[in-house]
Amino acid sequence: MSSESPRRRRPTAALALVTVGLILMGGLYAAAGSLASPAQAETSEASPALLEEGSVLYKEGCSSCHGLNLEGVPADSVGKGNPKQNGPSLIGVGAAAVDFQVSTGRMPVGATGQQVVAGRSSYNEEEVAALAAYVASFAPGPAIPSEEDLDTTDASLAEGGELFRTNCAQCHNFAAQGGALSNGTYAPAIDPSRPDHIWEAMLTGPQSMPVFNDTTINPDEKKAIIKYIQNINAAPSPGGAPLGTVGPVSEGLLIWTVGLGALIACSVWLGAKAK
Amino acid sequence: MSTTQRAVATTTTWVDDRTGAGKWLKKNLRKVFPDHWSFMLGEIALYSFILCLLTGVYLTLFFNPSMKEVVYNGSYAPLNGIKMTQAYESTLRVSFDVRGGLLVRQVHHWAALLFVAAVSVHMLRVFFTGAFRKPRELNWVIGVGLMTLAILEGFAGYSLPDDLLSGTGLRIAQGIVLAIPLVGSYVSSFLFGGEFPGTDFIPRLYSIHILLIPGILLGMLTAHLLLVWYQKHTQFPGPGRTNKNVVGFPLFPVYVAKAGGFFFIVSGIITLIAAMFTINPIWLYGPYVPDQVTAGSQPDWYIGWLDGAVRVIPNWETVLFGYNISWNILLPALIIPGIMFTLLALYPWIEAKATGDKREHHLLDRPRNAPTRTGLGAMGLTFYVLMWISGGNDLIAQAFSWSINSITWTIRVLLIVLPPLVFVITRRTCLGLQRRDRDKLLHGRETGIIKRMPSGEYLEVHAPVSSATRAKLVASRESDYAPIEAPPAVDANGVKAPKKGRLGVKLSNFYFANRVIPPTDEEIAEGQHHAADDLETVRPSGQITSGH
Repeated sequence: MSSESPRRRRPTAALALVTVGLILMGGLYAAAGSLASPAQAETSEASPALLEEGSVLYKEGCSSCHGLNLEGVPADSVGKGNPKQNGPSLIGVGAAAVDFQVSTGRMPVGATGQQVVAGRSSYNEEEVAALAAYVASFAPGPAIPSEEDLDTTDASLAEGGELFRTNCAQCHNFAAQGGALSNGTYAPAIDPSRPDHIWEAMLTGPQSMPVFNDTTINPDEKKAIIKYIQNINAAPSPGGAPLGTVGPVSEGLLIWTVGLGALIACSVWLGAKAK
Repeated sequence: MSTTQRAVATTTTWVDDRTGAGKWLKKNLRKVFPDHWSFMLGEIALYSFILCLLTGVYLTLFFNPSMKEVVYNGSYAPLNGIKMTQAYESTLRVSFDVRGGLLVRQVHHWAALLFVAAVSVHMLRVFFTGAFRKPRELNWVIGVGLMTLAILEGFAGYSLPDDLLSGTGLRIAQGIVLAIPLVGSYVSSFLFGGEFPGTDFIPRLYSIHILLIPGILLGMLTAHLLLVWYQKHTQFPGPGRTNKNVVGFPLFPVYVAKAGGFFFIVSGIITLIAAMFTINPIWLYGPYVPDQVTAGSQPDWYIGWLDGAVRVIPNWETVLFGYNISWNILLPALIIPGIMFTLLALYPWIEAKATGDKREHHLLDRPRNAPTRTGLGAMGLTFYVLMWISGGNDLIAQAFSWSINSITWTIRVLLIVLPPLVFVITRRTCLGLQRRDRDKLLHGRETGIIKRMPSGEYLEVHAPVSSATRAKLVASRESDYAPIEAPPAVDANGVKAPKKGRLGVKLSNFYFANRVIPPTDEEIAEGQHHAADDLETVRPSGQITSGH
């Protein structure tokens, strides 16, 4: 690193410069936009500053696929005919969807494939909140859960297990280890997931997942499910190493390799000629 | 008198004084068995079966095979207040409240997995070495029966705890029963006492699992071992070993010690595995409820190939006179395994038809010396393993981020292409190995010494093979058959040849048309003599002792 201009050389310098520029432009645009349609302002209680930041971030990172006004972009104008590369409209998806997609690193999309993969988020918490508030300001939608929503102290573990096995295990496996779906899509392992993300995923149904809204699974039941999923990781494994908790396949693999392998080695030893 | 002799004498005298069986005992305690590691695979199966019996008895003391519904209120908190059957509840009790219960349950389950695995490997050994030939065809059939029963017994055990996985397995089994044309729905009603799952099935399955099948298994196992005793154990070819003797060690003290010790090794390793690795964590699966299922619902490994077959067969169905024929279930779950087990049981007679051989065989084949059999075995094994892999297609898709649909299609194609390819490659490999053996007999072994001739030519010096190697190689004659020649279509009197026997001719030509003919004694003597002379030219003192 050169010592002449350390500040200009910082990796964040370019980002900061662009951000400042965009905030100016975006701020003006957002101000103009909110003046033009006062109805949108009612759908969000977020501060204008937050909305402004969100607007800037949105235009910078999201608008190329989801459109400048969240209206979505048809397939052929983004991905040259690849239907998987279109950006759906975000009007009415709610803050929960934005928080889930962006803070799990799924959005912005890194590479296209059968399924958008989770990873490290490109935004910090504050930026995610700004984006979520901005998107939610367009139309009402599922909100980010509050701490109260996620308080599982009074939730029933057994009920959570029952609900989990009925609604979740068929794709995510009995121990939340995930499973394969058709054509290269999959249900990810959810035992390391954050409670707010599990809540949001149920509410918004990302990718192949169906929506479990509050009439299908009410908030108390959601809490119970979250409690159960978190308990899977926290509980000790009474039978010894869990072998991935994926069922009999790993057990079969172990008995054929370690079990039979060791015994055949012993047979060879016993059958060897004495020297 | 040596210590062992004295020990035998004292024991036999003691028994003789009381039962008069001393003479019999004396003879049989000195019965000779040949030594080879692969002869112990059956022992692994036997010992894991004994372990299953012992642990099974302990489990019956606490397991309650009832489908009566109760509300759980025990020491596993995440299931408290959940409705379940007594079968599942008592399995939870065995796992969490009975002293040593979880360990015994895990030993039982791991030993069962090992039992079927060892039976399978033992069967492969018997197949590839031709140990099923006369006079052991019946024992082969008993073995196939034991294998089938072992699989059924395992599946029954898997289904008893009434957890989500066992219920899902039973549901599939019931689906297979339903797929039987005409009688399917009646048979299902009969088995389950009405609609699935009902309340009768687990108690019924329990009697089958702890009484009926183990009883038959024990009886057949006894017959299996008695026949081995009576017919004597086969041996691999080697110096001094013929079709009429058994070269090895006496039962007492060598095999009593080895086999007794091996039992403890098998129990020790299984117990160690059971103490270290979870098997079938039923508390995580939860009780069986027909509207629940988990991703990655798989059977234990020995049913895996059938599950895999169900997964790869396309969704074929035909409607005949208003009845639905579900080929998508019938083919993979009944027809394919039916054909495979029938072929397996009949194989000794199929091969006997091709060889036309009525002799007794106590000397084993080296797999290379029976190229067509080895090729067919490898082909069958490939078919089996592909279906086995298919049974885990969802986990493979998940682990490698592949598309499950691509895996299914790949396996469909491989199931048709790969087995014949493996057959051809294996047979060619065997023939190649046979040619190398033949070369060793005819020209001696290669020494790696290069000799330059006066003309400038370079030659590799060969040396005679050792007598032990020679005994092993010459045994290829025992496995050699000339293809049966077809009788002329019309004989000298103008009578057409009978149709009978044509199949044998065809089969024989399929098996032996490409054979490598083993050299005669004269050819070998000449070849070895030549090799000895050859060696003499470079190492007159014979410093290179004929090894290898």
